[in-house]
Amino acid sequence: MAPENESGAGFACPIPIQQYPHVLLAHGGGGKLSQQLLERMFLPAFSNAALEARHDGALLELPSRSLAMTTDSYVVRPLFFPGGDIGSLAVNGTVNDLAMCGARPLYLTAGFILEEGLPMETLWRVVQSMRRSSLDAGVQIVAGDTKVVERGKGDGIYINTSGIGVVESARPISPARVAAGDAILLSGDIGRHGIAVMASREGLEFETALESDCAALSGIVLDLLSDGIRVHCLRDLTRGGLASALVEIAGAARVHIEIEESAVPVLDQVRAACEILGFDPIYLANEGRFVAFVPEREARGALERMRAHPLGASACIIGRVTDRDPGRVTMRSPIGTSRIVEMISGEQLPRIC
Amino acid sequence: MGLPGEDGRDGRVSGGRSQVKYIDEYRDARAARRIARDIGRITKHPWTLMEVCGGQTHSIVRHGLDTLLPPEITLVHGPGCPVCVTPVELVEKAIEIASNPKVIFCSFGDMLRVPGVSRDLLSVKAAGADVRVVYSPLDALRLAMDNPGREVVFFAVGFETTAPANAMAVLQAHRAHTGNFTLLVSHVLVPPAMEAILSSRDNRVQGFLAAGHVCAVAGYEEYEPIARRYRVPIVVTGFEPVDILEGVHGCIRQLEEGRSEVENRYRRSVRREGNPAARKAMAEVFRLVDRKWRGVGEIPQSGLGLRAVYADYDAETRFGVAGITAEEDPECISGLILQGIHKPDECPAFGTRCTPEHPLGATMVSSEGACAAYFQYRRRT
Repeated sequence: MAPENESGAGFACPIPIQQYPHVLLAHGGGGKLSQQLLERMFLPAFSNAALEARHDGALLELPSRSLAMTTDSYVVRPLFFPGGDIGSLAVNGTVNDLAMCGARPLYLTAGFILEEGLPMETLWRVVQSMRRSSLDAGVQIVAGDTKVVERGKGDGIYINTSGIGVVESARPISPARVAAGDAILLSGDIGRHGIAVMASREGLEFETALESDCAALSGIVLDLLSDGIRVHCLRDLTRGGLASALVEIAGAARVHIEIEESAVPVLDQVRAACEILGFDPIYLANEGRFVAFVPEREARGALERMRAHPLGASACIIGRVTDRDPGRVTMRSPIGTSRIVEMISGEQLPRIC
Repeated sequence: MGLPGEDGRDGRVSGGRSQVKYIDEYRDARAARRIARDIGRITKHPWTLMEVCGGQTHSIVRHGLDTLLPPEITLVHGPGCPVCVTPVELVEKAIEIASNPKVIFCSFGDMLRVPGVSRDLLSVKAAGADVRVVYSPLDALRLAMDNPGREVVFFAVGFETTAPANAMAVLQAHRAHTGNFTLLVSHVLVPPAMEAILSSRDNRVQGFLAAGHVCAVAGYEEYEPIARRYRVPIVVTGFEPVDILEGVHGCIRQLEEGRSEVENRYRRSVRREGNPAARKAMAEVFRLVDRKWRGVGEIPQSGLGLRAVYADYDAETRFGVAGITAEEDPECISGLILQGIHKPDECPAFGTRCTPEHPLGATMVSSEGACAAYFQYRRRT
């Protein structure tokens, strides 16, 4: 955890932030510059009653049903990449974690750790992106905090978001409910986010630009739930990719998961990049994809519902759950052979040749 | 979001609806099954074949190609994993150099997890060393030009496949008078390793699938005397399922017919003379030297070192690490695995005391390592 900056308040100069092209330590010092940042940047962007009350915490009205709560921290380099940025990631990532609990996301908090010298323009763009993403996802950012660390002690911007949602699913949605006979649906092609971020970080170029799949999944999940489909488990695919999500669920539910390699959609550019770099798409990061476990006979209906949503247009059934080999994930290759799928060890590193 | 035409959704999605050229046609299920059936039909005797390259090993294990073959055929896994055969003392030298605060140490990603005696380059990086993953030695050279106050060292590992690009980096550095760029060289060559395996008392290899990418650079003339001397068929083979089954088919047919020739089954990439421009650059910069192979020991004239005229680009000399020696973990049998004498799951430490998180040897962590392939795709079966 970066050290909190405690100096700076006394240096604050009460002139508008436009006159500060870069973030200063004082912007996190709790003094006038902090106030300006709040009043001129955060309040107008995230405008809502709870935030505008300017209290130490947000007072919220919540329905008297089960709540879901989650938190996540976001560090990404570069801050902006094709299809998204750290701001959209920070909103969508937490929204998606709530959606995977079968919850309608309602409120987020946002904690910023800024690096001294960060262009104010950059922060502005990130905050505007968070504003757009939260509007799209139907959530309000109701509390927040800003700290500034000395130059060189951070990577521009780190964001933590926590979220609360109200559970909409009548039955619990969790790995424990996954059972033999479930079908596994995947909401779309995998690996775009991982390749898009790596390509922009490493300066790799492809014939057609690739965009991250970063998106809020609450809409498509609520569609599924409102249709009365008995969803057993949902899991968004994040850093460890499809493989890690499935291995986690197989382990938690003590079931065997079998998937068909040829059924897993992968965009051509992603596949080509994987071939060049020696990566396996099932381990690539995603920020707008999820798997759903539903009883086999409801799989068709669930698939149609997913495909009717723009984020699920290329959804498909990729495999099923059996009780043959509890705790294990296997993948059948197009030539009919089978191999086990493991969680990745460390990170994928580009190969030599 | 994004400009018109930049949307990834314009692209096509795989799953039978599109093709990535030079990949999909060589992963075709029907073609693979047809060749596997042909192999079954022509196989009359038990045969042991070695695929030389670790990339081929991974393809075999990942796609389960060995399970499509008749029980008479045993595939053993060869030494063609550059990360695996890099001796532990070179890793120690790399760690020593990388720990120097003046140095930006550049490497292909694969090498960072390879265990030295007590640490790997990733942990040296975590402790504050400037270790960077690059995709090409030319990227390292650019770093050197951009950072004249630093020393940039590139970890030049690999077979004939990576040597030409490394030679090119030295030639460009020389032309630009780049004084702060050096290579830590650990290049090895395939033909001497094949000869070492064939002349070993314990050898069980009766035919080779030669490494297609090595041959794309170096050609296959050099294999012709080996095939004659040791009476083994050597089939130049690619990396996709259909390629590998083609290679096995070629090898088995020769063995069953009593022939031992060099045959090219990777014609879309390989010519007999290889790539003359790449060979020229290699010959200009490097000379033959004796090299230690991790787990195997020294093989005479089995590697490349910098020629005297390019001695200024030798990181071992510049950083005074030539004297560093190190012993390998005695429990690791990767040397026997790399020579095809044992398979990974025959090692008592496999999956227990040796895992990707706590490797005893490099074969467990390299993306081309045989132990890593067995661990990732086949454990507990």
